[in-house]
Parts: sequence; C-alpha cells; structure tokens
Amino acid sequence: MRLRSLQIILWIAATAAVVTFSAVRWMPANDDTSIAAPAFTPTFALADSEGRSRTTAEFRGKFLLVFFGFTSCPDVCPTTLSEVAQVMDDLGSEAGSVQPIFISIDPERDRRLGLADYTKAFHPMILGLAGSEAETQSAAASFKIFYAREADTSSPGGYTMAHSPGLYLIGPDGAWLRQFTYGTSAADILSDLQSRF
Amino acid sequence: MKHFLLAAALILSAPAVMACETVTIGDLTIEHAWSKATIGAGRPGVFYVEITNAGSVDDALIGIATPAARMPMLHETVVKDGIASMPHAMSIPVPAGQNVQLSPGGYHGMLMGLTTALKEGDSFPVTLSLEKAGEVTVNVDVLSLRAEGPDCADAGQ
Repeated sequence: MRLRSLQIILWIAATAAVVTFSAVRWMPANDDTSIAAPAFTPTFALADSEGRSRTTAEFRGKFLLVFFGFTSCPDVCPTTLSEVAQVMDDLGSEAGSVQPIFISIDPERDRRLGLADYTKAFHPMILGLAGSEAETQSAAASFKIFYAREADTSSPGGYTMAHSPGLYLIGPDGAWLRQFTYGTSAADILSDLQSRF
Repeated sequence: MKHFLLAAALILSAPAVMACETVTIGDLTIEHAWSKATIGAGRPGVFYVEITNAGSVDDALIGIATPAARMPMLHETVVKDGIASMPHAMSIPVPAGQNVQLSPGGYHGMLMGLTTALKEGDSFPVTLSLEKAGEVTVNVDVLSLRAEGPDCADAGQ
C-alpha cells in the first residue's frame, strides 16, 4: 500500500514535470515585447573598422544581436548599446555564443568619427560595421528595417537619421528569431537568450 | 583617530562623489542633472534633468546654454510606427503641479559642438531658460557612457 502511494506521488510529480517543461518550452516568454514574423534569413556584407568585409555567413553557429544606428545619436543608440553591453557582461561564460553587431546607417560619417572607438567604449565584444550606402541599404532591406536621412538644422551636420530602433536576434542557423523593441531591459534580453542555449 | 582615518579613507575612495545639486527658482525645483561621457568631442553629448513645478502657473523649458557646447538644443526622441526620430523640441511644457523629466528615450538636451570631450566624474554648468521663471543654472554630473539614470541617493534609480 505504501508502495502504491509512492507510485501515485511519483506519477503526479512526473506529470507535473512534463506539464511544466511543455509550458516553458512552448509558451512564449515575455511575448509582449516580441513581434511574430515568418522565418527569414537576413544577410549583410559590410566593412568593419579595419576595412575588412564581414558577412553573415562567418557568424553561423552563434546568436547575433543586431542593432542599426548611428554614432552621432545621443539618446536612443547609447541606450540600446548600454543594454547590449550589460547583456554581454551578464552572459558571463556564455558570452562567446553571442555576437553583438552595430550596423551604421550613417556609414560615411561614422567611419570618419571612428566606429571601433565608439562600440568598444560600450563593450569590447560589440562589432561595429559601416559599409557603402548601397551595402547598408541592402542589409537594412534584408532585416526589413527602415532608416532615412532627414534634413534637420538643429542636428550636427544639418541632418539626422530616423530609424527602426529595435534589437534583432538571429539564430545560429542564420534565421531571424525575434526583435526586442526599443526599451526592452537587459534582464529580459538576457533571460530570452539563456532560454535558447 | 582610527575612526577618523577610516571615514576619511571611505570618503576619498568613494568612486564618484557627485554634486546631485538641487536648485530652485520661484516654484520650480531643478534636480538630477546628468550627462554621459563622450568618446571625443566630435559627437554630441546629452543632458538630462528633472524639473518640478510646485506652483499654480504653467511654465515651459524653452532653451539651454552651456560653456561645454557651442550649440546645445532641446530634442525629443519619438518612436512612432516603429521608427525612432529625434525632432527638435521648441519648448518642453512644465505644467503647474507636475514633474517633467528629460530622460533617456524622451526629452533630452543635445549638446552639439562640444568644446571638449565629456569625461566621467566631470561636471559642467547648464543654464536653463524657462518661459516664466527665467534663467537658472545647474551643475551637471558626467556619468559613465553606460549610465541609465542619475547617480543620486534620492533618485530612486
């Protein structure tokens, strides 16, 4: 009889474990910040700060955290890069599985101002890329993001950039996984990433 | 003596003793003024502050001036239909009885033409022009590039 009780308890425990596992595995976590989209594989071929062309193909096997921005942006871009830097710090020994990438949408000016100095000031692992105008447009199109140069006499050089401020997560197979909307906390990004390792 | 030395050591070793200055003009309180370190002087700096209007008359922040930058301007980050842009803000309302924050992702001062790079631990003055209250100067603490809010004991961040 005691054995039977134990069996019942074990069955209940096993069922609870399966239900919990299924819930964690298939219920989307923090889905209020994600936007569902059919799978696609964004690509880029853009120069790094040393002029070497870097392509999406070389990062297969790693998660990519991709952000489009420009370094003369005082508010949005530093906020997102700070979040990414915090995520990289908090990943600890798992940081090697994630490559954060900052793609300049103002490549000519950012190359002149120094892209690597900027990204490294946030985190040494962030890779800054600045291609030609055409390469940048093609990368943005493949990520399905928007950016545009806007004349603005109240900005440095007389123009500013409007852009999609999200952070994009690409899987180790190169497929687009999700976006973290602007303002998603480092803790939420971290827990999403950790659930995927 | 031992305690004095210990206290002195603690004070001297504090990573950053920030001013976190609070100034008042009429019914307005201006506090938690901060900025972020910049990489060089070629990119604009940023200015954040909090203004509380305890009076019964609406006011507005209409401009900023500082010796740290040749062209400081008020901007607002607007995220609309998934696109972020940073239009110039002609005036930032400071309604009666309310608290207005210039903070990351919203209103901010953009400091263009920096005279020198802003370094963590530095501070610089910014003079705020208020439509009704007039001009008032506050010291701004330069925090780390990665700071997300003011580094003051009472800032609750």
